[in-house]
Amino acid sequence: MSDVPINKRRSGSNLSVPNADALDKAADVEGRSLWQDAFRRLKANRAAMISAIFLIVLAFICFVGTAFVPWSYEEIDWDILEATPPNFATGHYLGTDSLGRDLLARILQGGQVSFLVGILATSVALVIGVSVGATAGFVGGRVDQFLMRFVDVMYAVPLMFFIIILMVVFGRNFYLMFLAIGFVEWLTMSRIVRGQTLTLKNKEFIEAARASGGSTTSIILRHIVPNVFGVVIVYVTLTIPQVILLESFLSFLGLGVQPPMTSWGALIAEGAQEMEITPRTLILPAVCLSTTLFCFNFLGDGLRDALDPKDR
Amino acid sequence: MTSVLEIDGLTVSFSTPDGDVSAVSDISLSVDAGECLGLVGESGSGKSQTFMAALGLLADNGTATGEIRLDGIDLLSASEKKLNTLRGERIAMIFQDPMTSLTPHMKIGRQLSEVLIEHQNVDTKTGWARALDMLNRVHIPAAERRLDMYPHELSGGLRQRVMIAMALMCEPEVIVADEPTTALDVTVQAQILDLLTEVKDNLDAAIVLITHDLGVVAGLADRVAVMYAGRIVEQGTVGDIFASPAHPYTQGLLACTPRLDVETEELITILGQPPNLQNLPSGCSFHPRCTYVVEQCKSERPALEVMNNGHIKACFRPHVEA
Amino acid sequence: MSDAFLQVRDLKVHFPIRTGGILIGRYTPLKAVDGVSFDLNPGETLGVVGESGCGKSTLGRAVLQLIGATDGAVSWLGTDLTSLNKKELIAARENLQIVFQDPLASLDPRMTAGDIIAEPLLNYRSTMSKAERRMMVEGIMERVGLLPRMINRYPHEFSGGQCQRIGIARAMILRPKLVICDEPVSALDVSIQAQVVNLLMDLQRDFGLALLFISHDLAIVRHISHRVLVLYLGRVMELADKAALYATPRHPYTQALLSAVPIPDPTQERNKDRILLTGDLPSPLNPPTGCVFRTRCGKATDLCASQTPKLERAGDGQEVACHHWKD
Repeated sequence: MSDVPINKRRSGSNLSVPNADALDKAADVEGRSLWQDAFRRLKANRAAMISAIFLIVLAFICFVGTAFVPWSYEEIDWDILEATPPNFATGHYLGTDSLGRDLLARILQGGQVSFLVGILATSVALVIGVSVGATAGFVGGRVDQFLMRFVDVMYAVPLMFFIIILMVVFGRNFYLMFLAIGFVEWLTMSRIVRGQTLTLKNKEFIEAARASGGSTTSIILRHIVPNVFGVVIVYVTLTIPQVILLESFLSFLGLGVQPPMTSWGALIAEGAQEMEITPRTLILPAVCLSTTLFCFNFLGDGLRDALDPKDR
Repeated sequence: MTSVLEIDGLTVSFSTPDGDVSAVSDISLSVDAGECLGLVGESGSGKSQTFMAALGLLADNGTATGEIRLDGIDLLSASEKKLNTLRGERIAMIFQDPMTSLTPHMKIGRQLSEVLIEHQNVDTKTGWARALDMLNRVHIPAAERRLDMYPHELSGGLRQRVMIAMALMCEPEVIVADEPTTALDVTVQAQILDLLTEVKDNLDAAIVLITHDLGVVAGLADRVAVMYAGRIVEQGTVGDIFASPAHPYTQGLLACTPRLDVETEELITILGQPPNLQNLPSGCSFHPRCTYVVEQCKSERPALEVMNNGHIKACFRPHVEA
Repeated sequence: MSDAFLQVRDLKVHFPIRTGGILIGRYTPLKAVDGVSFDLNPGETLGVVGESGCGKSTLGRAVLQLIGATDGAVSWLGTDLTSLNKKELIAARENLQIVFQDPLASLDPRMTAGDIIAEPLLNYRSTMSKAERRMMVEGIMERVGLLPRMINRYPHEFSGGQCQRIGIARAMILRPKLVICDEPVSALDVSIQAQVVNLLMDLQRDFGLALLFISHDLAIVRHISHRVLVLYLGRVMELADKAALYATPRHPYTQALLSAVPIPDPTQERNKDRILLTGDLPSPLNPPTGCVFRTRCGKATDLCASQTPKLERAGDGQEVACHHWKD
């Protein structure tokens, strides 16, 4: 064994050897994070990308478009006072509803409400759900028991009933509705986050963080939250359509937004009453609503595939 | 001696989102009946994929080209049906992790006898009797009771014995053992190695032992092939490889393995990192880590060169017998 | 003994395992570590060997108090770590670090190498400026053999060996006095193992570290350790200086372990006498009475079943827990 390539260099300093350096010639200095990888995969998913672009465009039209429509959503065209077909001369590009209000303006305004509900209520659910779930999962023990039993109890309360009571007690308030829906939707979120946290908690890098002197709060913020974020973001995109649907249902029941303000759900409710005479007033908002839901679901699926390529 | 299994110019590549990756590039090997071939390499060297290809067990995105002949039958062009009759009956595999390769919800007896029922058309009773006989042959204590047990009720060592029993059921001509002892503790590993030695001495089967552990190879193999970055870099008898390794990689591997029988002052290391298969170095794949590198190594790939006694190496540097 | 560095006395870690009961569970203690004592001196390496399930990883974590001890004491520079509250413990950990087995799993996949290595600095040197931190991180990266320009890369972009270097850099950046190495090389390829072992030995020499080196690989332990502790089912079988343990193993279990390791030399490997142990490790939930090794031991007698052997001196710097070591 005298002929062995004896390398007496210590491993710690071997990077000064030029050919070892050559190994990393291809290395670029900036790393590519898991997020960037996921985004790259998402970009390759055509259905999800089309959905995302469509949603952005639709939201943009809803929020900006109202400025370019000649009529406002609450304005009654006293010359008409009934449902009319599209008429470019009067500026009712999609016609009017039974009270003579411009349908396009109302659909756009309804879209604003639906998007706002979707995003705000989901944010409420996100904040509560992630903090409760991560705390319960990471701290464990009695805290976990208490929080999760509380969630169980909340699950047992009939949701519709809960929202209806809130609406009746506090009156129909636009923002209360966001809060009410958010309060209902955080339950599942907290369970998902807790489950993820439990698996993460036993990972060695959490133990490593504790050994490096991290406190509980800093570990939750620095390690747990960023790592559950992938799952959470998928769930968020799937919660938004649920919330929009829930709001529509409430509005359909007459518990949602207050007239003359409207939402897609309220428009559908109004349209449904006249669907035999003017199917347009039902079909147009219904198409908007279902395409939006469809796109959110597609985007959610795409995100799930992109963030967790192993499960595909 | 005749070769039972011959691999000729085998290339295995996988298509990934980042492009095609060659796990195995143009390798040729043969194993004789009654012989044990040790296939040594580190993770990613392609040692497992070579035989996964032979058994038709490549992942969906993998393709194999070249020829793998079992007793003259080309396995790569064989139909799935034909492969099914060959697998288990004439070529069997022992995996690293017995827990994942045994069906969790089936009793041991049934799993063992099913191999026979499928391939040799025996009835259930004979199947179970032969299964019991086989469990005794691999020295499983209280074998009769074990037939009625499920895999999770057995310890790691016993499960690996069951795996070996299953591989031996049809008395195949070729047994491929892929890291058979890596998941086991040292003392249990010693028991399993003992059993494998017994199997080797008593059967006329060709055994392929895939491992990263040079100690395991030293104890069992007759011939050794060393793989690096998807290619065979050296091949020879176990005596030649250990006493007079010709390729710098083999020399380095032997030198950097700490030994129980020798006190070493400082471990000798192989520099750098294992190669990235997606971005292999030009010329000889080992050249960035090699101490004897010359200009030729960077541009040209050394061909396999036969020395005396069937000892083969892929290196430009002339070999000096130790 | 007041100036002792690390003293572990009769350390016990028992995990309650639910073994029955419908509403109110019935629990049986799993004795992962059961009465382990040893000392560690500055700059010394103590190897801890044993098979899976022998409690060696639990022992390492219990020394750091990452897992609470059921009983016994871990005294570090005179203070008993088991008696400290959360805050004091975090303060004490500045000098105690750990390197894990799985190099990739021990790094947060969403953080860059630089952030991972800098994490202890955020916790213990919070007044440090960003630039100072970066300088320290780059310094330690160079020291452990990583290119400082890879500071912004993510763990999945490194090979296993490089990930382990990141883990080592994180453990070393505070210049701790004791580092627990929990199987730091067993997940690495052979050619990389030697690099990491040499790196650890280098760092130990330069920083005057004490190492608790946990491994199942007796050959590597022989290479790196000064003294070796052999564990079986949570109990110490033998504790001896390296030379004594490998030359004259006294405990039947140590003898069997040593003879079971395959030697990379065909002639030796085929001609050596192996002591084959029968059977498998007994369940730690229900360990044998008396000496825990007796069920697999060739020398076991009635005495072994009734009486637990104590660690006793068996030569210079060698202690063994066996009734029959003289036979």
